[in-house]
Amino acid sequence: MSAASIDVALPRLLSGISQPGMVQLDRHLDVHGPLPAPARLDGATLVELAERSQLRGRGGARFPAATKMRAVRASRGHAIVVANGCESEPMSRKDALLLEELPHLVLDGAALAARAVGAERVIVAYEGPNHDSRLSLEHALKQRRSAGIDSVAFELFAAAETFLTGQETSLVSQINGGLPRPSFIPPRPTQRGVRRRPTLVQNVETLAHLALIARHGADWYSGLGTETEPGSTLVTVLGAVNAPGVYEIECGTALEPLFAAAGGVRGAIAGLLIGGYFGSWLPAAVASELELSDASLARHNAALGCGVVVVLPSGACPVAETVRVAIYLATETANQCGPCVHGSAAIARTLHGIAEGTAAASALADLGRWTSILPGRGACHLPDGLAHFVSTALRTFPAAFDDHARHGPCEACSAPALLHIPPPSKKLR
Amino acid sequence: MKLRVNPINCHAHGLCAELLPEWIRLDEWGYPIINPDRIPRELEAHARRAADACPTLALLLTRD
Repeated sequence: MSAASIDVALPRLLSGISQPGMVQLDRHLDVHGPLPAPARLDGATLVELAERSQLRGRGGARFPAATKMRAVRASRGHAIVVANGCESEPMSRKDALLLEELPHLVLDGAALAARAVGAERVIVAYEGPNHDSRLSLEHALKQRRSAGIDSVAFELFAAAETFLTGQETSLVSQINGGLPRPSFIPPRPTQRGVRRRPTLVQNVETLAHLALIARHGADWYSGLGTETEPGSTLVTVLGAVNAPGVYEIECGTALEPLFAAAGGVRGAIAGLLIGGYFGSWLPAAVASELELSDASLARHNAALGCGVVVVLPSGACPVAETVRVAIYLATETANQCGPCVHGSAAIARTLHGIAEGTAAASALADLGRWTSILPGRGACHLPDGLAHFVSTALRTFPAAFDDHARHGPCEACSAPALLHIPPPSKKLR
Repeated sequence: MKLRVNPINCHAHGLCAELLPEWIRLDEWGYPIINPDRIPRELEAHARRAADACPTLALLLTRD
């Protein structure tokens, strides 16, 4: 794979964007053409297309889209589709970009998903305070109504601004009038979700891919990427690069061409964060060998998750960055599950003690124990994500943690934060 | 059969770990850590008793 392949074959999703702002309907149709009519592409064929494309969810869990669609089709009752644009991961920008600039691609995909599961209603969810997303979606829906291109009914839903807002069952809970809290599974939303109906919740990027797969087919989609991970994917690159932003990459591509697309790495780097706040810290040394494929990332105990790649400059303090995120995640617990409430608080408190140089001698051993017993013990994966984020930090930057535990804050601790921490929300929990 | 806990309903009463220490231990906050493997036949009756004894009905016996 080379930098050239990025230029030649991409962009796909982002190809409509020629200037800042929303891609209007006429331009969208010029670039991509109309959607295939139901007579030419029915629901069952769409599911097969998603299957043959090996399309997987882009919200973070990377669950096969076709499997979810089949589960909804197999459930009794009138299905509903939820297009999930709640980008609660603080470092990710891709979903907001899709909603703001490419709403027609997302709405196409949502209409197709409805066709795939036999739904007549689609709910498009975005993070409430993200006003630009709402404006674009409203404008796009108006254009589509004038053009008469949809046979499904769309409605918009303003979700809460919390870290767990976009978690599948938490979003369903909100749409049903409840709080943004995950629920215990089963039942899955595919069995009983919005208004107790079978509900297909799909990330907006997944839907945008579906919009192109429906037009061009599975073979076209698989013309990029690897055998087990075909296609392209959106990645948010931040930190020590010259042009941070959202990039569309070939699945499985090496980091180097991605960094090149992002204007190159700026100066020496201390490490990488792959997958956002549920992701993994990795040492800088792996950057040259790492590919953004499940297989390569799994070898490093990592996953692409929601597609966030942060380059930590050598001037930043990994301890301070880790502590801030751990405290943030611990405060974003939905306060439902004991292991999460107590475990995440204990982890955050102890990490803070290490950063301040005031922790007990047992601190590192305590962290090791807590991060190993937390995964799998909440209704959602917040404890798993926090535990993984912290344990990979401890493994990647052992000297820095040891140094802080002994001597307290370093000079870089007071530098401005690189990893964004949203202000405390007036949370409904 | 396997044992699973609904962590939202679990309020750390701890009865399960007393009734089935072979399969369930408690973390330092009193919440159960359950062996995820299939329960051996000789423990099945005890597992059922533990699930029935849970005051919040949070301990679930599942068919794999």
